[in-house]
Amino acid sequence: MARLKFLCDTDRCIECNACATVCKNEHEVPWGMVRRRVVTIGDGEPGEKSVAISCMHCTDAPCVAVCPVSTLYQTDIGVVLHDKDTCIGCGYCYYACPFGAPQFPKSTLFGSRGTMDKCTYCAGGPEENGSEEEYRKYGSNRIAEGKLPICAEVCSTRALLAGDAEVVGEIFKERVISRGYGSGAWGWKTAYYPEERS
Amino acid sequence: MLKRKTTARPTRKVPPSVDTSGIDRRGFLRGAGLTIGGLAASGTPAGLVQAQDQSTPAPTGRTYHKTICQFCSVGCSMWAEVENGAWLGQEPSFESPINQGTHCAKGAAMREVSLGERRLKYPMKKEGGEWVRISWEQAISEISERLMSIRDEYGPDSAYWLGSAKFSNEQSYLFRKFAAYWGTNNVDHQARICHSTTVAGVANTLGYGAMTNTFNDIRKSKSIFIIGGNPAEAHPVSLLHLLNAKENGAKMIVVDPRFTRTAAHAHEYVRIRPGSDVALLMGLVREVLANGWEAKEYIDQRVYGLEEVRAEADKWTPEEVERVTDIPAEQLRNLARTLAENRPGTLIWCMGLTQHSIGSSMTRAATILQLVLGNMGVSGGGANIFRGHDNVQGATDLGVACDTLPAYYGLEQGAWKHWSRVWGESYDWLQSRFVDRELMERPGMPLSRYMDAITEDPEALDQPHPVKAMIFWGHAANSITRGADQRKALDTAELLCVIDPHPTQVAIMSEKTDGLYLLPAATTAEMHGSVTNSSRSVQWRDKVFEPLWESKTDYEITYLLARALGFEARMFRNIAVEGTEPVAEDILRELNKGTWTIGYTGQSPERLKLHMKHQEKFDSITLLGKEEPVKGEYYCLPWPAWGTPEQSHCGTPLLYDTSKPVSEGGLPFRARWGVEHEGANLLAEDSFTVGSEIRDGYPEGTVGMLDALGWASELTSREKLVIAAVGADRFSLRLLDMPEDEAQTAFRDLEREAERLARQGENPIRAFDALSGGSESGQIEEAWQAGGGNSSNSEDRAPVPERFPDYPENALTAIEAYLENNPGSDPEGELSLQDKIARVNWKTDLSGGIQRVMLAHGLAPYGNGKARMVAWNFPDAVPLHREPLYTTRRDLLPEYATYPDRRKWRVPMLFESIQEVNHADEFPLILTSGRLVEYEGGGDETRSNKWLAEFQQQMFAEINPADAEAAGIEDGQFVWIENPLGAIRVAALVTRRVGSGTVFLPFHFAGMWMGEDLTGNYPEGAAPYVSGEAANTIWNYGYDVVTQMQETKCSLCRIRPTGEMAIWPD
Repeated sequence: MARLKFLCDTDRCIECNACATVCKNEHEVPWGMVRRRVVTIGDGEPGEKSVAISCMHCTDAPCVAVCPVSTLYQTDIGVVLHDKDTCIGCGYCYYACPFGAPQFPKSTLFGSRGTMDKCTYCAGGPEENGSEEEYRKYGSNRIAEGKLPICAEVCSTRALLAGDAEVVGEIFKERVISRGYGSGAWGWKTAYYPEERS
Repeated sequence: MLKRKTTARPTRKVPPSVDTSGIDRRGFLRGAGLTIGGLAASGTPAGLVQAQDQSTPAPTGRTYHKTICQFCSVGCSMWAEVENGAWLGQEPSFESPINQGTHCAKGAAMREVSLGERRLKYPMKKEGGEWVRISWEQAISEISERLMSIRDEYGPDSAYWLGSAKFSNEQSYLFRKFAAYWGTNNVDHQARICHSTTVAGVANTLGYGAMTNTFNDIRKSKSIFIIGGNPAEAHPVSLLHLLNAKENGAKMIVVDPRFTRTAAHAHEYVRIRPGSDVALLMGLVREVLANGWEAKEYIDQRVYGLEEVRAEADKWTPEEVERVTDIPAEQLRNLARTLAENRPGTLIWCMGLTQHSIGSSMTRAATILQLVLGNMGVSGGGANIFRGHDNVQGATDLGVACDTLPAYYGLEQGAWKHWSRVWGESYDWLQSRFVDRELMERPGMPLSRYMDAITEDPEALDQPHPVKAMIFWGHAANSITRGADQRKALDTAELLCVIDPHPTQVAIMSEKTDGLYLLPAATTAEMHGSVTNSSRSVQWRDKVFEPLWESKTDYEITYLLARALGFEARMFRNIAVEGTEPVAEDILRELNKGTWTIGYTGQSPERLKLHMKHQEKFDSITLLGKEEPVKGEYYCLPWPAWGTPEQSHCGTPLLYDTSKPVSEGGLPFRARWGVEHEGANLLAEDSFTVGSEIRDGYPEGTVGMLDALGWASELTSREKLVIAAVGADRFSLRLLDMPEDEAQTAFRDLEREAERLARQGENPIRAFDALSGGSESGQIEEAWQAGGGNSSNSEDRAPVPERFPDYPENALTAIEAYLENNPGSDPEGELSLQDKIARVNWKTDLSGGIQRVMLAHGLAPYGNGKARMVAWNFPDAVPLHREPLYTTRRDLLPEYATYPDRRKWRVPMLFESIQEVNHADEFPLILTSGRLVEYEGGGDETRSNKWLAEFQQQMFAEINPADAEAAGIEDGQFVWIENPLGAIRVAALVTRRVGSGTVFLPFHFAGMWMGEDLTGNYPEGAAPYVSGEAANTIWNYGYDVVTQMQETKCSLCRIRPTGEMAIWPD
């Protein structure tokens, strides 16, 4: 069974923000709500790395686990979706998520969070595929059209990969091997005889 | 919450002509790497996503349009889905060989222009200080009346036509033609302040001033040397190709005062002191030469001026380079070794190299380094100059410039006559539009100096009166330096007119209460037209939707103005106009007829559209068409595409690449400066393109040369007729369409008549009277049959064979013919008709016959010369380092002092009188500026795009922690950036991205003015989402000595805390 995944190749991500803006373009995500963002670590310092972050559609998604009203659910190909009609805006998912993926509208000062919104892997929601209702609540459903998430489709350097985890993993593995300089593999610079590497 | 303007939005369908089935694993990796193939390859049945199998059928009425991104010059394609006139969705164009489906933030957000909530919606004018909505009729009639009254009182040169790099090629051409018909050379566009120093510097070294290779070709580079460029932000999609090269083992080096996002991906980052690039580049040249790493044979064969360069470079020891640039000597040595050991290598530069008072020396120094390394004219090498705006290359090529007519023909009489022929216009009438012939042939004032054109003492200007009417047609004010001087100028001008999709800073910075007009122009997505990307591919852009609100296309606005000014019938005599909208394809056909110098002649609308339709058939690295109907042609016919469209030249992907025949995209260096200079041979030696029948260097082509080589008989009768008519100055456009048999008869009649006239002692030119409907003889036929034997020029020079030893006979014949047809100075008196015809050359022959015959013999129309490392027509023949006008390193003066003050292009230019004043004690930090990925240029368009604006809400200054600490500034605080011209209030971003002693400002912001909020001055609803201080508000004087490029990279400042915290978005 395929599982859909995102993977951001930090050796390629140049923080161009295409993924973040195209997401807004595709789903008309309003100002202040960010389904996908690019995070830069060590900004302006040698070793600066950028990585595009959104809902990672975790295998064992903590947001699904904590949601008191079962708004969050996972499809059989691993996409974590949500149901705007049942969400009570409690924010548990936000606390549970390691990536800050769940977003809440900030329309008023007094805590009225409104219902949660997050990356759908461009797979819409529980409404009928391609329906106006689905678009209004969740944005477009590209998966149903046989396409992949728009953020990965337009990534300027093909840093952001999306698709079946096996295929994405193969592509990344090929890159790491062909680059031959090892980075990107966890622990490469620290785990084995770091004193012998400068 | 998820607001949508349009109602129904059923499921979209995959765009036509994109076959989504059967993408194999290889294609999947190479192209998208992810998309549809991702699912297919994993074998996931489509129904696994909940309820996924009920995909809705595509509704009727939905159309797909392929358009080209309106932002940068990479030229990314995208699919636009349109229903009921609304742009609903944007889909990747995976089949584009250039971007292969990818975008940066700007391209990814392009659809927002179709929502256009913050656009200028109606024509408006300032009346008593208030914005008033007016009709187009009223706007055009009032503007034209004011223009005519300014023309009557002050003459045509008192109107300034500032055009745009956002123009399509068609509009660029039309705009230059419009200025000509109006009667001034005061016309310019962004290239002046973007890559004018590149164009001048590189054209004067190699022949053409354009990016030599392609983005895709960078994949073949073994080293990538980026100096003064930050493509990760300015040209993000180019990184698709750069990073591929890097992953294949290329060494990537970034030289910049800032540790840019590009530098973060480089193997080696070199921090340089702003403005000292010539020192570094010449230091590298010295290291290469000192170690004997130069490409010796290549230089001997193809490069002129090594000894002069060596003499200058010898001064740049690693230690001296370190003293001037702050780059450690050891790093310089390593850098030189890396470049020498990793060939071919590409050299990429952008504004960091061009925007200096010695920009034209820096661009030449970079090119010289590439020549010394033998990297020019080879795949994987090249001077890859990334241009800025989407069509800045095209607008430059088509002459939206104060110093040339379209296609770099210049402004001399011959150029005017050439274009008069193409336009079917009387040269005398055109001249009558100008004050006089002198002003017609004298370059106008560059846009970088428009404020001086308005406010300078009239006595100091080389034209009758200062500028009174300023038309900003797609150009921001905040991308131009000297904001305070601009503001004064705008208030002084009698008429200001902004023609733009947005009001721009001009609308808010002027305090004029009257005489200020805003006309809403349509965006690039609202009109058809072609656009030339940085690597010279001419892509056709489809109109996506009808102009929004009351906006009109540039073509239509041009027509309406021409009509109101009374010359539309003449200007559009050969261009179809539908209603009041000129047809883009027809404009392209007209410009195809005249752009011989740079080979924009082969790119007919039909050929370009065919390429766009078959994008997937081009190779993603070489850009060569692999299947019919585009087989053997390069993607979108990168210029030069020689000859007429019917001759089907394939385009030239890599300039100066001799490994291919000219007919298949090969080229030698251009023989642009004659055949000799001070006794030295300027022609190539033992180097020529594959298939060349002259197996050595040769000069540029003329009828005389073809004839001398015995090839004139290969010209068709029509070609001969056209050439004879051009030579006799009796050309008519009708001749171009004349059938061959008719042309044969006509040519025979012409010869007979000319002979008869000659016998009667009359001027044989009159033989053309019958032909052209409007005026030499036995001489006509002789011109073709003169033979090469017409004794070589009788100057007291050694005979040609002695001056060009070891050249084959046909090369000597060509050289002799060239010398005969291009005497050093114009001969006294009237030339014979025969001589006039013999001098028609590859640039002026409107039939394309000379180019066709030369290509048939494997020759490049422009000759086969050497690249020139010494530009003797420049103030510094070999690039010299000169300190910026505002320098902190006064210890390097007078050794590296700037130029004496001078005059150029109708205005005074100050150098030493500025540099003499010491500001460095008071303002000890270096101020430099640059770009952000989300915004472009003045940012009026991108800051009005809500999807982009959200990601960059605060104007800021990057300040090194050491400088911040010394000034008592915390990260996130508002600070004053002060310099001798004023102060701006921006948020501090404390970062080691900039070195100690350097402050960086992005330049895209506007709306704030030295702490004052001007956004209330925008017409209601047209203020961009994000405003901030414009860096150029306080930017100083400083211009390149050759091109009047503005200096934006080296200024001085000090920083002062305000004590207030800025609000940064999450």
